[in-house]
Amino acid sequence: MSADNAVRAEAVKTTANTGNKTMEAKKEVVKMQAEHLNLHYGSFHALKDINIKIAKNEITALIGPSGCGKSTFLKTLNRMNDLEEGVTIDGKVTLDSDDIYHGSLSAIQLRQRVGMVFQQPNPFPKSIYDNIAYGPRIRGVRGKDKLDQIVEESLREVGIWDEMKDRLHKSALGLSGGQQQRVCIARTIAVRPEVILMDEPTSALDPISTMKIEDLALKLKEKYTIAIVTHNMQQASRISDNTAFFLLGELIEFGKTQDIFLNPKNKKTEEYITGRFG
Amino acid sequence: MASESAAVLGSNNEEQKMREMKARAGRAIGVDNFMTGVFYVVAGFFLALLIALASYIIIKGFAGAKPYMFAFDSQGIGNQFWNTIYLVFLSLLISVPIGVMAGIYMALYAKKGRVATILRIAIETLSSLPSIVVGLFGYLVFIVMTGNSWNLFAGALAVSILSLPLIATTTEDAINMLPDSYTKGAFGMGATKRQVITTVLLPAATPHIITGVILAAGRGFGEAAALLYTAGMSTDLNWHMVSAATNPFNPFRPGETLALNIWALRTEALRADAAEMANLSSAILMILVLGFSLLAHTIERHMKKKSGV
Repeated sequence: MSADNAVRAEAVKTTANTGNKTMEAKKEVVKMQAEHLNLHYGSFHALKDINIKIAKNEITALIGPSGCGKSTFLKTLNRMNDLEEGVTIDGKVTLDSDDIYHGSLSAIQLRQRVGMVFQQPNPFPKSIYDNIAYGPRIRGVRGKDKLDQIVEESLREVGIWDEMKDRLHKSALGLSGGQQQRVCIARTIAVRPEVILMDEPTSALDPISTMKIEDLALKLKEKYTIAIVTHNMQQASRISDNTAFFLLGELIEFGKTQDIFLNPKNKKTEEYITGRFG
Repeated sequence: MASESAAVLGSNNEEQKMREMKARAGRAIGVDNFMTGVFYVVAGFFLALLIALASYIIIKGFAGAKPYMFAFDSQGIGNQFWNTIYLVFLSLLISVPIGVMAGIYMALYAKKGRVATILRIAIETLSSLPSIVVGLFGYLVFIVMTGNSWNLFAGALAVSILSLPLIATTTEDAINMLPDSYTKGAFGMGATKRQVITTVLLPAATPHIITGVILAAGRGFGEAAALLYTAGMSTDLNWHMVSAATNPFNPFRPGETLALNIWALRTEALRADAAEMANLSSAILMILVLGFSLLAHTIERHMKKKSGV
């Protein structure tokens, strides 16, 4: 138990340090916010009165055991739940100050501003180039020079330009899982979204690829706001600034990551992060 | 003493168990080898059947061929050769867009329920309609009711009735077989449903859809009964005058295809070389079908290689 705590404290200290440094530099701005959000799958009450503020240019981790609603919540932030049948949502979710469910923003426009990276790397069966250029193209960006530039910038931003520049026109399906996931992240940022949602982006990857994605997330938060669902406690403590703990559709605890991991207020949070269930 | 005998007994038991396990593994391997052999024999049988049939037809066809038979006039089968290709082209022009759209509708728009079920049954029934029935229906609707005489376009429409279900069902299957992650990924990028379909799903499904097109084309190449009263049996083509009603590219002129030509030669033709002409027509038709299949598979392989599937 004490050894456990020591490991946790060690992991959190690094985050706390980097976290503090950035926090001194800027004031916290709320990018997205959920207020009294309820979601039903048919008659099943999957999210119960959720209230969360997603801070701008920070990483917010959503943790909790399987089926706790963390992925469901993530999907409400760019309305991916619209694609499923029998989902009803009430309450309010805002992006900046626009209500994303009842305002003038369409789901299509919203998803252009709030991008998503999935659990399984899911590049389209197209070339690497066509994958990255996909978003700009469906928004009507034409012209080879412009697209070339976007593709190069996006791949540079995720750190695989040098690996990819000689095989841009080969299929993205021939890449390794870790490379595919970074191509997917590049595809997402190619349209310059404001928020990136990541749904367990490393759970299908090996440890080295996982580390690279984590480093990338830390780098990307300077330009983007990130919300990440993860099963991995160490990952949450390593990269996130804020952590939300979900259990059975309820938000049990939400706060600064170091507080959640070092001084959880709720007993259930403590039990979960020390690995006693989940 | 007692423990010693127990140990001996134990080792005997172990040995017996090992023997049994080995025997069981041996039997499993034996059955495995036997079944593998059976599958090879079945596969070999079909390959041998195809080679035997194709080579018999092609050798017999060319054995009795005379140079004049290849001519593009009333003596040769050149005009029928052209009519066959042109008819298949016309029928694909009609059936591919409609069939693909029907397949997309079935896979992505039709709500599960009675309408979709009825539609599916209708498509399946359509695919098993006897072609002579389709031919007579085509004659009534495309010829009698429109007041036209026999023409290639009416023939293409009749063949399309037969090939539409093939293309619709393969398109539906092709789209349903794609992983859900393509759809989610595209929607996640802010694509509209139309964009998801045209920019991701349809390109990804195309190699598979081509299989349906090959089947549909095969239907067109081999069809005779549906064309008897729609496309007609004229072999008259004017290769020199574009303005002539019988110019090869006019779809509204009658035209006999190779398959129909074979039937006509073998049943009612009065020419002395009817048997040889029919054999040659069969051989040419066979080569045409094989060539088209190879071409389509090459395109399919090329597309698969490009998308990396």
